[in-house]
Amino acid sequence: MANFYRDNDDIQFLFRHLNLGCVARIMEEGFKFAEEFDYAPADADEAIANYDLVLDSLGQLSGDFIAPRSEDIDRQGSTLNEDGTVSYADGIRESLEMLAKADVMGFTMPHRFNGLNFPNVIYSIAIEIVSRADASLMNLFGLQGIAETINFFASEEIRQKYLSRFSAGEVTGAMVLTEPDAGSDLQSCKLKAFADDAGNWYLHGVKRFITNGCGDVLLVLSRSEPDRSGGLGLSLFVCDRGPTVHVRRIEDKLGIHGSPTCELFFDNTPCELIGERKRGLAPYVMSLMNGARLGISGQSLGIAEAAYRIARDYAASRKQFGGPIEKIPAVRDMVINMKMDIEAARALLYETSRVVDHDNGYAKRLELDPPKDKEALKQIKDASRYYKRCAGMLTPMTKYFSSEMSNRVTYDSIQVLGGSGFMRDYPCEKFARDARITTIYEGTSQLQIVAAVRGVCSGTAEKYLHNLESEDYVKEVNDLLKILKKGTENLFKAVAFVKEKGVDYMDLYGRDLVDMAICLICGYLFCGQASSKADYEIAVADKRGNGQKETIDMKKRKEMIARRYITKNAALIKALSEKVLSGERSTFEQYQTLAGPVPEEK
Amino acid sequence: MAYNCVVPIKQVPDTKRITGDAMNDDGTVNRGSLPAIFNPEDLNALEMALSIKDKFGGKVTVITMGLPAAGAILRQSLYRGADEAILITDRRCAASDTLATSYILSCAVRKLDYDIVLCGRQAIDGDTAQVGPQLAEKLGIPQITYVEELLDIANGKISAKRNMGNGWQEVKCRLPVLLTVIDEANEPRVAIAKKLMKYKNARTPIEIQMQLKEDNPDASEDELAALAKGKIGTLTEKDLVIKQWDLDFLGADLEWCGRDGSPTKVHRIQSVVLTARDSKTVEPSEQSISDMIHELISDKTIS
Repeated sequence: MANFYRDNDDIQFLFRHLNLGCVARIMEEGFKFAEEFDYAPADADEAIANYDLVLDSLGQLSGDFIAPRSEDIDRQGSTLNEDGTVSYADGIRESLEMLAKADVMGFTMPHRFNGLNFPNVIYSIAIEIVSRADASLMNLFGLQGIAETINFFASEEIRQKYLSRFSAGEVTGAMVLTEPDAGSDLQSCKLKAFADDAGNWYLHGVKRFITNGCGDVLLVLSRSEPDRSGGLGLSLFVCDRGPTVHVRRIEDKLGIHGSPTCELFFDNTPCELIGERKRGLAPYVMSLMNGARLGISGQSLGIAEAAYRIARDYAASRKQFGGPIEKIPAVRDMVINMKMDIEAARALLYETSRVVDHDNGYAKRLELDPPKDKEALKQIKDASRYYKRCAGMLTPMTKYFSSEMSNRVTYDSIQVLGGSGFMRDYPCEKFARDARITTIYEGTSQLQIVAAVRGVCSGTAEKYLHNLESEDYVKEVNDLLKILKKGTENLFKAVAFVKEKGVDYMDLYGRDLVDMAICLICGYLFCGQASSKADYEIAVADKRGNGQKETIDMKKRKEMIARRYITKNAALIKALSEKVLSGERSTFEQYQTLAGPVPEEK
Repeated sequence: MAYNCVVPIKQVPDTKRITGDAMNDDGTVNRGSLPAIFNPEDLNALEMALSIKDKFGGKVTVITMGLPAAGAILRQSLYRGADEAILITDRRCAASDTLATSYILSCAVRKLDYDIVLCGRQAIDGDTAQVGPQLAEKLGIPQITYVEELLDIANGKISAKRNMGNGWQEVKCRLPVLLTVIDEANEPRVAIAKKLMKYKNARTPIEIQMQLKEDNPDASEDELAALAKGKIGTLTEKDLVIKQWDLDFLGADLEWCGRDGSPTKVHRIQSVVLTARDSKTVEPSEQSISDMIHELISDKTIS
């Protein structure tokens, strides 16, 4: 009996710490839905109780039902049948049925399409919990952004046709974007969309590396304007996976074996246009991918949490040199760093999700119910602009940070287990394989940095950090705030230097700049957690055998985390700043010499 | 053709988490020492009822006899898709053994319109497996025990596969019928998110009264009654009051209920500690496994 929601102290604490009432008010538009839907909340407390209950139920399902199937899912994988259909691993099929029965496949869908209308911040928690049980299942559970994209941009007719089926878990979807020659560079998509005389659209061409390409409802990015190259020639279409969509192969992959990755051939497939022509890539697919990036961030966290738990347990129970290996400084340092890394990533993801919820909320307010009063309208417009810019910066940051973190933590998890970790007897190797894709799909880390560094250098980070700085903190972290302030100065010294040097230079040192910004943001978020209004007592690690349970207030523990995190990273921020200020440009000037000749094929 | 199902359920102490103080000196279970849970096989019975409803339509009603705290498992049933929940609570039910319990349940089930009564095989506290069969006898309907699979319901007849322990039996009988369901039968479904959101505030009248008393320690009985009436009224409008029956409502013969109606007496409590003594290593070869099997058969460990 395991509950992946209840047994996670950090999630429990953050659930209490985050201002969920505010998010609930935005989502429920002043709780106006309670009259029409008997399950919709009538006030903030009720909404929070709903979030808690549903996460609890999902945590139980993840711990008791999904996690025990994960090993078999990994071994069995998906199968491409002779008739062109794809069979999921048994554990995936059974888990999906369970998730549909649990009524959680319309997590963020509005009430009127039978969804739960939950905010992104709760969805992120849910995705983490499910991914801890089985990372590959997340690629199905976490694809709800497809329905969300239809909801945001498609006509009412298309919404009616698809959305309730998504919520009921009757259908799964796929984001059909990548092509053999259009990976990171989606602008060069070639798949053809054409209309007949009656104005009906059809798709023709090949898509590759499509997660759950065998899904029932496909969102397809394709070239509707044949004479137009680049992103402006692209539109977004939706179609059912009928007889004209052929799964040509499924990939043999390193990890996430439960999630089928398909190559698709569209043979004049009838489809419908989403929204307007030429807007396929921007804004529709960009919006879709931003949602998916939060999902991958949650998936990365879930995998890391699972890997950490194995390592933590092993470090305490494995005896060498006459005692548990956690007595060895190098091992215990590794264990704490893994935990701290996870908590930093979680803080950043939940904060990002909260910001995205505000961004969506303000955008919706402006669209549906703009205030008549000029001053109020301006305030909402300003807030909307601010949150949009922050969401645009934080989303790639959290995707980059969580996925890299997940790879570090799963790598170290194997390291803590030593030889045993390398064997398939323990799940660590699977976690490491599952984590590996997270820095690649939905935009590589390098591309996340390209997006995030523009936020760091454009003034968004400055404004955002300034707002973090001016929040209320307990006096116990005053010294830490000073360190953060100094770090912020270092960051902006580097930013100013980079701006002088030009865009190439900014991208060359993008990772360093983004790393600095993340360290500072997470530092503030930790200080905020240490200053939380939420009371939550947690057990201090039980000294095995003595049975006496010692507890500590999570705020006190978070203060310790903040102290360790900020102190250790202060030196790093300084070093990174100096590195950026070095002006070193050999990457540009001496690439051919330093990289050596391209190996000739034999 | 739709079928109405009634599922008698029980709140039990979680005997998987048993500790030293789990039993009282008189041999009864110390319910306070263990967390109270939904009896596991009753969840299998509920799942079977819900899948009958999914397939054929009809209504699923859960009933439980127990303390006010048993409202928790009624809510859990509503979360999973039960249409109605009923709590039978009455001080005069206390100390009922299986005979008295099945009598009281039979009075309650008679008040309902049913085609199929589904019980879990047995409860993990008493492990008697008697209440289901006794209930069928008292209702005067046929019973199929140890149901592992429901095969079909058609033309007023039901067919099911029973697990006999050493084999299976397929049986067919006329409705109405009582089934006892085993844990191999299915994987109980989880709570349905929107039902969780809706029914989280569902309460029995007695839970409402107890909560009000706790919240208003200084209120008089009359004030509490007025508050309760108001609260029950509001919740009734939202369809959130769980039905509550007592023995008077059931018209039960009190001589058959509670201690008076319970002939069972605990004779002796024995603490059985299983310890391993001898062990024998068997080579992983066809021959030695075959030898082991023969040995186990001849000493009647397995048959």
